[in-house]
Amino acid sequence: MIPLLFVAFAAVLLVSSLLVILHRNPVTSALFLVLAFCALAAIYLLLHAEFIGLVQVVVYAGAIMVLFLFVIMYLNLGHDVEGGVTLLLRRGLGWLLGAALVAEGVLLLRRGLAPGPTAPPDPAAVAGNTQQVGLLLYSRYLFPFEITSVLLLVAMIGVIVIARGRRETPPAAAAPADEAGSPGEDA
Amino acid sequence: MAALFQDPLVQLAFWALVKVIVILVVMLGIVAYLTYFERKIAGHIQVRPGPNLVGPWGLFQPFADILKLLLKEEFVPDGANKILFHVAPVLAVTPALTSFAVVPIGPNFLVTDVNVGLLVFLAMSSLGVYALTLAGWSSNNKYALLGGLRSSAQMISYELALGLSTIGVLMMAGSLSLVDIVHAQHGAFRLGPLALPHWFVFTQPVAFVIFLICAFAETNRAPFDLPEGESELVGGFHTEYSSMKWAMFFLGEYMNMLTISAITVTLFLGGWNGPWLPESLGFLWFFAKLFALIFLFMWVRWTFPRLRYDQLMAFGWKVLLPIALLNVLATGTIVTWLGNR
Repeated sequence: MIPLLFVAFAAVLLVSSLLVILHRNPVTSALFLVLAFCALAAIYLLLHAEFIGLVQVVVYAGAIMVLFLFVIMYLNLGHDVEGGVTLLLRRGLGWLLGAALVAEGVLLLRRGLAPGPTAPPDPAAVAGNTQQVGLLLYSRYLFPFEITSVLLLVAMIGVIVIARGRRETPPAAAAPADEAGSPGEDA
Repeated sequence: MAALFQDPLVQLAFWALVKVIVILVVMLGIVAYLTYFERKIAGHIQVRPGPNLVGPWGLFQPFADILKLLLKEEFVPDGANKILFHVAPVLAVTPALTSFAVVPIGPNFLVTDVNVGLLVFLAMSSLGVYALTLAGWSSNNKYALLGGLRSSAQMISYELALGLSTIGVLMMAGSLSLVDIVHAQHGAFRLGPLALPHWFVFTQPVAFVIFLICAFAETNRAPFDLPEGESELVGGFHTEYSSMKWAMFFLGEYMNMLTISAITVTLFLGGWNGPWLPESLGFLWFFAKLFALIFLFMWVRWTFPRLRYDQLMAFGWKVLLPIALLNVLATGTIVTWLGNR
């Protein structure tokens, strides 16, 4: 039952990941990425990593991708019309890197090199994996955790600075989201 | 066949399926009548009778509405993205239905008790935004697009405060499982003859208010119905929708209202806990609280004016979010202090 589900979700994950890069409509691409995230979350659930699986949906599928879609729709990106040398260069680089990655994967798999345990730990042995994640995050991985939060704070301040710097004419309203709202409703 | 049924996994799946079907049918019935109650309550608030012609007291109005909607013309606008245009209404209904799987209706009546139940709800509510966004975008209509963009901005903003307001409850219950959260609210503080139920609405009042406000915003109901905004955006995200596809959006809205009320009852109002009744009848308390909350939703909808867009954003980011964060800080401090004593 579980291997069958794994194969099903892995297939969805692979196909939707491929469609993310192969589809020419950016909105559809973004939606396939959402599907890929959901399939990945399902695989996490099969591995008894419920917390990671659902946080994956909340953060990536539910928040980050909505912002991506927001930007794509707001900029009204049409179909991919790029062409010429830059596109060829990018495609060539992509193929090269992809081939390198596949070669690396084949090499590692042939030697039987895979980091970490190969089977999930017994779910009955751990009290609840949310608790486990929390304990590890605030003990062994405390330093990386704090560094990450500082990094995010810096990025946030950077965004605010950049957004403020552009505003030379007196602003019509204070809310930053106004730029995305409808014009003519709050004049 | 009989041997197969002895398998505990098969039994689990079978009974889960039975419960899912029961919940689905009951929810659809409730939702059909919620539209009737909404119109009756609206009528009462606006001093008019509301629907009263179809059947006694207009009780058959929902059936007439459904028939009317089924017989209306399906319309797909020119230049619309056909696939997404059809997918969006489905997405409006499914997340709300899915999160009902983890709501404990009674002590022994729930589909599944996962140890991250609350996260299931948060994940599903965060996926709900796609329906509105995609409906707006795929219609190829500028009003619909504006409605869709507004909905993504609004739901992203209010989801943060919604999630943060539940953290206080989590810290006090010490679990993400909704069943454990209900169990944590069992009993009462007693002072002589007076008894105050041990519900989180009393120990987490700030979180409750924030959660409720965000719940209005998440369900896109007035005073936060900016994505529709009929006076400025024609119909908002569903401008181009007609017939049953339009009805799906309304089904989704009422389902969302039902789900988020059920979660509010579970998190803050003690779930199926209540005095007088034996535990086996706890679902009666659950439904009583559920309908009280739904009445509140409708009451608010028909008595508050719509917020302006910049007010909405400023309120979410500059008021609700900081208060929710402070509440997390204060709760954490108190819980740790009480735990160390």
